[in-house]
Amino acid sequence: METSTQPSREESAPPPAIELSGVTKRFTTPGGATYTALRDLSLRVAPGEFCAVVGPTGCGKSTTLTLVSGLERPSAGTVTVHGEPVAGIPDGIGFMFQTDAVLPWKSVLDNVALGPRFRGTPKAQAHASARDWLRRVGLAGFEDRFPHQLSGGMRKRVALAQSLINEPRILLMDEPFGALDVQTRAIMSNELLQLWDLTRPSVVFVTHDLEEAIALADTVVVLTAGPGGTVKAAFPVDLPRPRVVQEIRFDDRFVHLYQQIWEALRSEVDIAYARTTSAGREAS
Amino acid sequence: MTTALTGVAATAETRTSTQAERTSRQHARRHRLLVHGAQLAVLVVLLGGWQLYVAGDSLKVILYGEPSGIYTQLRTWVSEGTSIGSLGAQILVTLEEALIGFAIGTVLGVVCGIALGRIRLLAEIFSPYIKVLNSIPRIVLGSVFVLAFGLGIESKILLVIVLVFFGVFFNAFQGVREVDRNLIANATILGGSRWQVTRHVVLPSAFTWIIASLHVSFGFALIGAIVGEFLGGTQGLGELIKIAQSSFNANGVWAAMVIMGVVALSAEWLITRLESRLLRWRPAQLSGPDL
Repeated sequence: METSTQPSREESAPPPAIELSGVTKRFTTPGGATYTALRDLSLRVAPGEFCAVVGPTGCGKSTTLTLVSGLERPSAGTVTVHGEPVAGIPDGIGFMFQTDAVLPWKSVLDNVALGPRFRGTPKAQAHASARDWLRRVGLAGFEDRFPHQLSGGMRKRVALAQSLINEPRILLMDEPFGALDVQTRAIMSNELLQLWDLTRPSVVFVTHDLEEAIALADTVVVLTAGPGGTVKAAFPVDLPRPRVVQEIRFDDRFVHLYQQIWEALRSEVDIAYARTTSAGREAS
Repeated sequence: MTTALTGVAATAETRTSTQAERTSRQHARRHRLLVHGAQLAVLVVLLGGWQLYVAGDSLKVILYGEPSGIYTQLRTWVSEGTSIGSLGAQILVTLEEALIGFAIGTVLGVVCGIALGRIRLLAEIFSPYIKVLNSIPRIVLGSVFVLAFGLGIESKILLVIVLVFFGVFFNAFQGVREVDRNLIANATILGGSRWQVTRHVVLPSAFTWIIASLHVSFGFALIGAIVGEFLGGTQGLGELIKIAQSSFNANGVWAAMVIMGVVALSAEWLITRLESRLLRWRPAQLSGPDL
């Protein structure tokens, strides 16, 4: 996708930032049964690419992220990050969770400084860098607050700064703005794009909101309905950057893309819905 | 014209709001008075009833004691000392046993609880032993300790440690298991080693549980010290109670109990202070009446 900006050394292209090939992930439920979250999923993300993953509820979107982050191991298939197979948490990876994962007992400043402190940076230096990142996410002046004193959107900013301070080359985001109201969400999406533009990490952004996915991403990947989700199709989004999230949705090309991808997504949503309701009927 | 009108409306509004504030303040004060008055009445009825019931009957005084006698006993102890030394010295001995045992038991409980909570293998190995130790009536170990370590302070401290340890241990263990998985995953991805995650995520999170157990555990520490002295000792409040009991001095038993009550309440106050200091990151809770 961005091969033109990459100086190609010899004849081999740089390895993809993330590559999942033939990945299957099974979980054992507390009842002893096996649940297949992903089946034979293959996905490539280029360095600097913003990839959004959409799919119906329960199709294994979040599982994909936990596999890339090394928090879980695949049952079959391989996961590589920058050409290296994933064993443990890969270097240079950031993860933003769906729920708040900032530490409630640490101040905003200490929360953001956590990554550098874990890596052995002296306190003063870590704090200086944390202050810098707090300013970048618009939270200057809130350094001494505790997370419960902030609004939901501000806590997301703290989480964003906490991830970005480590200067990750890969940023995994699991419906990070899902709990926010629509306006705050649009603002946060815009700011995410601006911050992303500074260092251009590869991003895998999981969401159930197709509009958000198209507005943010270079590629939108549609997964099939779970259990055992896999890639149904990948759609390149060739909208120009920089984008303004609130306005791009009125763009003709946006509308066209939306219709095209929704066509692919709708049938999966229908299948997922039918499965959950029929399962509900069987259970009752 | 309109501005004048809104001005009048505004002053009227502030007046009603201050009036509303005043009535709600008055209401709160009346409520407080009612509560305190009722509390005092309960105390008067209890002590007065007791005093009237035993009044003048010397057999009843020997069997049940009487409030005025307890007061006299306390005064005598304070002014003339007890049969085994000054009252302050007895309190200090018991407190020393309770505090040393409490500190050691708490540290051991926290360390073991967190180790077993974090390391599954350890939990699997030790869980049957802990279940057995927890199910036996541990107070009986007091006799074992007195036989093994004598009448001094050591046997009491050991008993206190045993009593305190389990409460703190189980709470720390449970606290570790209740830590939000997301917080651990986040800290791990941010680069935290296992020890760093334990130190920065697991320990603070489990602290809510641990502190809750300290309230109960300090009560156990005092019980351990007193019972230890009971089972075999030469000093302390427990010894004082034993002497009073064997000389049919019910007032003495009650007086020692009053002293214990004061000590326990002071400790409770200190632990609550510690709690609000350590847990100041928590949002202010909508609370019902405190007990």
